[in-house]
Amino acid sequence: MQNLAIESKGLQKSYQQLHVLKGVDFEVEKGSIFALLGSNGAGKTTIIKILTTLLKYDGGTASVNGFDVASRPDNIRQSISLTGQFAAVDEILTGRENLIMIARLRHLKNPSQIADNLLDRFGLTDAADRRVSTYSGGMRRKLDIAMSLIGKPQLIFLDEPTSGLDPEARIEVWKIVKELAKGGTTVFLTTQNLEEAEQLADRIAILHEGRIIAGGTLEELKKLFPPAKVEYVEKSPSLEEIFLAIIGKKEQKVQ
Amino acid sequence: MNKHFFSDMGVMLGRSMRHIFRSMDTIITVTIMPIAFMLLFVYVFGGAIQTGTKNYVNYLLPGILLIAIASGISYTAYRLFLDVQGGIFERFHSMPIARSTVLWGHVLTSLVSNGMSVVVIILVALIMGFRSTAGVLAWLAVAGILALFTLALTWIAAIAGLSAKSIDGASAFSYPIIFLPFISSAFVPTASMPGPVRAFAENQPVTSIVDAIRALLSGQPVGNGIWIALAWCVGVMLVAYIFAMRVYKKRV
Repeated sequence: MQNLAIESKGLQKSYQQLHVLKGVDFEVEKGSIFALLGSNGAGKTTIIKILTTLLKYDGGTASVNGFDVASRPDNIRQSISLTGQFAAVDEILTGRENLIMIARLRHLKNPSQIADNLLDRFGLTDAADRRVSTYSGGMRRKLDIAMSLIGKPQLIFLDEPTSGLDPEARIEVWKIVKELAKGGTTVFLTTQNLEEAEQLADRIAILHEGRIIAGGTLEELKKLFPPAKVEYVEKSPSLEEIFLAIIGKKEQKVQ
Repeated sequence: MNKHFFSDMGVMLGRSMRHIFRSMDTIITVTIMPIAFMLLFVYVFGGAIQTGTKNYVNYLLPGILLIAIASGISYTAYRLFLDVQGGIFERFHSMPIARSTVLWGHVLTSLVSNGMSVVVIILVALIMGFRSTAGVLAWLAVAGILALFTLALTWIAAIAGLSAKSIDGASAFSYPIIFLPFISSAFVPTASMPGPVRAFAENQPVTSIVDAIRALLSGQPVGNGIWIALAWCVGVMLVAYIFAMRVYKKRV
């Protein structure tokens, strides 16, 4: 019990006729990276909204950092952060102003110092005083995640953190997530991207038709399938590898 | 009440005031458009309008102020809509803050920004020859009525902003409200209107509010009219508030 960041038992939720969650069971250990896999409309965002106290559920129980979601939402909000599916940043404010705003709302001392540190850590210092509406998708997502780190929450929810990002930005976000987990933060992320789950997650759960149909470590999931056959194929580079290689060369030349 | 209510409110107010000052079209629509109306009516139509007063600016100003507020609150709906759509609403709500400030920040911003545009318009009216014999108390009463009117419309704007499906929908609700002063005693005396129009004009809220403000500014007795004006403002505000909270609770 003590080591669980999230515990969900028989979680149910319907929107009018639509029965989205039909009894969802899973556990997330503290300090781990947990990936929830599922196709569009499987209910991943609904689960995140319930766990972040934004949405009421219809049945079952859920607790976050040891607090019951239904009865102790205030305690939960103290210890979590949400990075939603669409970058929840203020477009009209600058990057720095966004960070200062969140630091103030978390009632921390030295908001501008906190902002400067995060801008530096995420490589946004040059863009700090530009309005966020001029940021690229990757910069916006980085700022979004930076805003979620303010106040050092124990548990961070990332709803499809890399959807819509180019490969470079995606790899950068992966690096950030790995660093977070190294620092002891629990990360709960949803994704449709199987490679992302493979790259990041300590444990993976697959949400399908309102239930978790499989869960475990990558190794455990692999065991569910027949043993791999050994075949010899000539491995040609994927388009992504080509793209990254060319970009990398270009950057080296510039330097 | 949450112990951080006031500091959170301050952050929310600072945020949306920055939005206002950084979007020129907000400032233009909210102050320049009513000023243009005022110029148009005073210097183009004014000569042909018989109001029984010598100074048409004095007659016109209350209605212009209401138009300014009605166009100002459509931006409240617009900003609220963007917050809900963009996900920053959800970020705020998942944080340990005084939750009500997310909505009240917009309401307070609406009061402050409309207050500022009202002051600017009154200054322009002064240049155009507006004069008032009103004392401090009468001015305070005018400010109070305008604040109540702003609050009433702001809660209507909140319903629109929270429930709209598109940006156009979020601000379209304000057009009929902007139009209401034209069918009231704001520009011409209602006595000059044909029967049914006159009946509508004399019994809709804008006329009683305009008449009350006009009487206060010109130092005339306000009579029972001011209570009708206040009743309209408070009534609309309460009903709109109840509906807005209902929509808000559904969204949260």
